Order: sequence, then C-alpha cells, then structure tokens
Amino acid sequence: MSSSPRPFFSLAGLRYGARASLPAFPGFIMFAVAFGTAAAQKGLTLFEAMGLSAFVYAGASQMVGLEIWQKAWTPTTILTIMTVTAVVNSRMILLGATLQPWLRYEPIPRSALNLFLITEAGWLIGTRYYNEGGRDVGVLLGAGLILWLVWQFATIVGFFAGALVPEPRTFGLDLVMPIFFSVMLVPLWKGPRTALPWIVAGLVSYITHALLPGYGYIVAGALAGVIAGMLIE
Amino acid sequence: MSDMSSFIASPWGAALAIAAMTLVTFLCRIGGVVLMSHVRITPRVERGLRALPGSIILATILPVALDNGWPAIVALGAAIAVMATTRIDLLGLAAGLGTLSIIRALL
Repeated sequence: MSSSPRPFFSLAGLRYGARASLPAFPGFIMFAVAFGTAAAQKGLTLFEAMGLSAFVYAGASQMVGLEIWQKAWTPTTILTIMTVTAVVNSRMILLGATLQPWLRYEPIPRSALNLFLITEAGWLIGTRYYNEGGRDVGVLLGAGLILWLVWQFATIVGFFAGALVPEPRTFGLDLVMPIFFSVMLVPLWKGPRTALPWIVAGLVSYITHALLPGYGYIVAGALAGVIAGMLIE
Repeated sequence: MSDMSSFIASPWGAALAIAAMTLVTFLCRIGGVVLMSHVRITPRVERGLRALPGSIILATILPVALDNGWPAIVALGAAIAVMATTRIDLLGLAAGLGTLSIIRALL
C-alpha cells in the first residue's frame, strides 16, 4: 500500500461521503424509528431516548439497553448496562483497527469525532471508497455526520409517531439492513480466494448464533474471518 | 456513599446510565485505532484486516438470512446480482426490497 497517496481531508470529501451514504438511509431510518417507538412504549422520556441516540449512537446496544432500562437506577444496574453495552459494541474495536492506516495523519480531535460517529454502515461506505483508492478522510466524516443526523431525526419520528408507521414487513423493510450489507459485499469481491475467510466468518457466526443467545455471534464470526484471512496465503 | 446512591436513584441516574454507555461505546470505537497504532502491520496482519469487511457482513447477514428462510435468501441474492451487474448500490437495495415484498405478497 506504500504506493497509495497520503491521506488528506477536504470539504468536497464531506459532501461525497454524505451522498455515498444514501443507500444506508432506509436501514438507519427503520432501525431508529423502531428504537424511538420501543423507547416511548417502555416509558423513557424524550430526553432519555434522544440521549441514547445522540451519544451512544449504536443501534443494537440501544435496543438491548432498553431491555434493562430502569425507573430508578442503582450502582449495580448502571454497571450492568455498562457491561452489556461494552459486550455488544466490542465489534467496533475491529472496525477501528482497519481505519488506523487511513487516520494515521489526522489531528486527534477530528479523529475522535470521526470515530465517535463510526457505525458499521458508515465504515462500509468508507471502506468501499478506500479500497477503490480514495484517501480523503472527509468521506468517512461526511458519511458519519449525515448518518448521525438521520438517526436523530428517525428516533424523534419513532418516539412520537411510531404507532403510525406501517407494518415494515410488507415492504421487506425488516430485512433492509441485511440487504444493504449484501449490496456492500459486491465491491469487496476480488475473486473466490478473497471469499474464503468470509465463508469461515459466516459459518462460525451461524453456529455461535445457534448455540448462544445475544449479539456475540457477529464478533465471533468477524474474528474467525480475520484469523482465517491471516492463515490463508 | 448514601449521597451517591440517592443521586443515582434520582432522575440523574438515567443521565449517568447514558454517560456510562457512551463512555464504553466510545472506548470500543477508538480502541481499534489506538491498538493498531502500537502494532506493526505485517503482511499477515494486513491480510487479516483486509478480510474483515466481508467477514463482518457475512457474520451479520448469514444467521438473519437462514433464520428468515428462502424468501430472505432469494432477496439477498437478487440484491447481490443487481449490484454485481449494474454497480449501482441503490438499484441493488431496491431489487432486494422489491423481491422480498413480491415474494411475501404472493405467499
């Protein structure tokens, strides 16, 4: 990769990243509306729901957090929700690991913001651009900013109007995230050999999912894929 | 300590819970970058990291696809096929959603 140009940052990149994020909007809207609706049903205030969406900003952990949300907190329940959140979001460590070469020359505050806004969808959009030879860090930030805004907006809609949203299954929207992910798989394809670790990841994930409850299957499968990638010459 | 407990039990407890969740999530988000800036990226490590995006995707979608049966698998297949032929991500997305809704409408 030493022949690649040095990473840089531009406002044009911000705009490109925001535009490139469009295919992720339906999944984000679906998930955040569902979260807003569930939060309202669970009795959270708007501030609590928005606090989770604005600062935690990680869908699976927000949903799991709702299941253990308390009316009156104790040190133990705070520690519990913290631990569960860390477990669900531990897969983000892997996302960051692949971004390090790209963010190497960035000022720390901008990297902190960029990483605060990292989601799997934004990371996949950034990764696609990076794999095509792009090095503008603005693209990653642009994707992160626009997706964060969509998430906040959709949380509010779900909170107030969740009951008015039509049955998502009719339009296949319950599977919109997996469909978006499979679309993003295509530009990653560089021949059958690149797919060997993916198959290992899928199988390990499926077996873990069948045996264990919770979201641990994603990180188990992803780690298996990385190890397979390291072992396969 | 009882001051602390009554503070946590007050409405501020929710803010504290959100702050705690935010903190650990942010640590997960920056953890990989911090870690990799201390690791020498050998060709082997690079191969592993290159395999990660596709691995995360498969690890996320395969259990969902198999749990949802053949309509889901056909819909994901349609999304991949349209994306592979057109290279337009929005078309791939529409193909997947459209295929799934049509199958469900007919069932």
